[in-house]
Amino acid sequence: MVISNKALRFIIATFVICLPFISMANPEKDTTIVQTVVAHEGAEASHEAHAEPTDVKSKVKAFIKHHVLDSHEFSFAQDDETGVHYGFSLPIIIWDNGFQIFSSSKFEHGEAVAESNGNFYKINHHDGKIYKTDAAGTITEDEKTGFPTNVRPLDLSITKTVFSILLAAILMFVVFTSLAKSYAKNNGIASGIGRIFEPIVLYVRDEIAIPNIGEKHYKKYMSYLLTIFFFVLFLNIFGLMPFGINVTGNLTITFSLAILTFLITNFTANKNYWGHIFWMPGVPKVMRLVLAPIELLGVFIKPFSLMIRLYANIFAGHIVLMSIIGLMFIFKSWLGSSLSFGLSFALSILEILVAFLQAYIFTMLSALYFGSAVEEHHHEEAHH
Amino acid sequence: MEKLINQFELGLFFWQVLIFVGLIILLKKFAWKPILDAVNDREEGIKNALLSAENARKEMQNLQADNQRILQEARLERDTMLKEAREMKDKMVDDAKTEAQAQGQKMIDQAKAAIESEKNAAMAELKLHVSTLSLSIAEKILKDELSNKEAQTKLVEKLLGDVKLN
Repeated sequence: MVISNKALRFIIATFVICLPFISMANPEKDTTIVQTVVAHEGAEASHEAHAEPTDVKSKVKAFIKHHVLDSHEFSFAQDDETGVHYGFSLPIIIWDNGFQIFSSSKFEHGEAVAESNGNFYKINHHDGKIYKTDAAGTITEDEKTGFPTNVRPLDLSITKTVFSILLAAILMFVVFTSLAKSYAKNNGIASGIGRIFEPIVLYVRDEIAIPNIGEKHYKKYMSYLLTIFFFVLFLNIFGLMPFGINVTGNLTITFSLAILTFLITNFTANKNYWGHIFWMPGVPKVMRLVLAPIELLGVFIKPFSLMIRLYANIFAGHIVLMSIIGLMFIFKSWLGSSLSFGLSFALSILEILVAFLQAYIFTMLSALYFGSAVEEHHHEEAHH
Repeated sequence: MEKLINQFELGLFFWQVLIFVGLIILLKKFAWKPILDAVNDREEGIKNALLSAENARKEMQNLQADNQRILQEARLERDTMLKEAREMKDKMVDDAKTEAQAQGQKMIDQAKAAIESEKNAAMAELKLHVSTLSLSIAEKILKDELSNKEAQTKLVEKLLGDVKLN
């Protein structure tokens, strides 16, 4: 039994749940597993127990791989022995010569081929994506790359990630409109839940926006900076909560956030910004020709680094944390499990720091890029 | 790299951009603008309140200084008035004194003059009386001389005694 999870409470819960596996035999369970556990505890390198740990290992590995990817259903937990999935289905929306809309329960957790209006679809186990198949659901894989060669229809499904984004968006909207309303109700002083966020809003304004963009221009970027800060922060924190939602560790999400920063930077940029890219003032003319392509490349590298930084930090955090949690089930001994519990506990705390830090860095760097786009050089020489 | 590119999901991108841009627009209208406005208003209010408190303090100080000055002036004025009054009083007393003295002196002088004149008048009268008396005595003596020598002497003695008695 493997359960997706991160937060402390859930770690403790997981620990309690796995107690029966370690300490006592459950007669209703498959007896072979219990025997294996006993054998594993008794003799470390017994040849009989050899098959089972690799199974747990691969299960953990598969689970982590599934967790960090997007999914078409929202699953809290699953019981491998009984095959019961705890969670709920999400709607599947596919554009394939007209919208094909059906529930993800048709896939039966990726086991079955879903049929809609005479088209057959199947979720590929490796990447969790929907491919168009024949009635039998055969997915042919490319010999060289290992990627399926089947046609991929445009998948506009409300996946777990989209669902989480919606949830975060609604939560943000509720929290911040209530904060906005509380000012009018309470004579200009925040009250209620939004009050916690008021200092953070002020921090984003006073420590991120104003120093990087400047008093003159910062106002027009405030909405974007505040939204992106809280969006990333909320989703980072979501990722640390039970049920393991990995949104900001998804490349598509960080790509879309970075491309927005890229677009805003370049569409609001003044001629100084472009001047510094194509015809760098204050350097010899030959150098200007050399610098232009480098600077132009920098325009694209900046958002690219934003995208990779957030993605890699959260993605790696999830993988490491889940691997250490998975170790508890692989060790299945009091010493090893306790150790990995302690380690995952410490890492969870570190991940909370990372959640705030990455939100801060993303916002900070966005503000920095906006600042460079609207910067006015009154004293050229002082800068170079 | 190919694995990373393969992770890109167009549908998810579509939803993410849609939701995120929608969220920015909604939050801008319903949350960020009112929040930042309220915070700005509050900060302005605090700034103004501090400024007006400072002004009030300065005004108070000025007022106090004014009061002090006015009080000082009043005190000075009172002092000068008192001084003047005292001087006036002294002067009046002095004047009265000298006048009284002069008056007294005058009266004394008059009295003295009157006494002198009275004395002179009395002396003149006395002289007149004495002369008349002497004349009458001399007359009587002369009369008696003619009759009796003894009688004349007695008479002179008698007359002299009379004069003494007189």
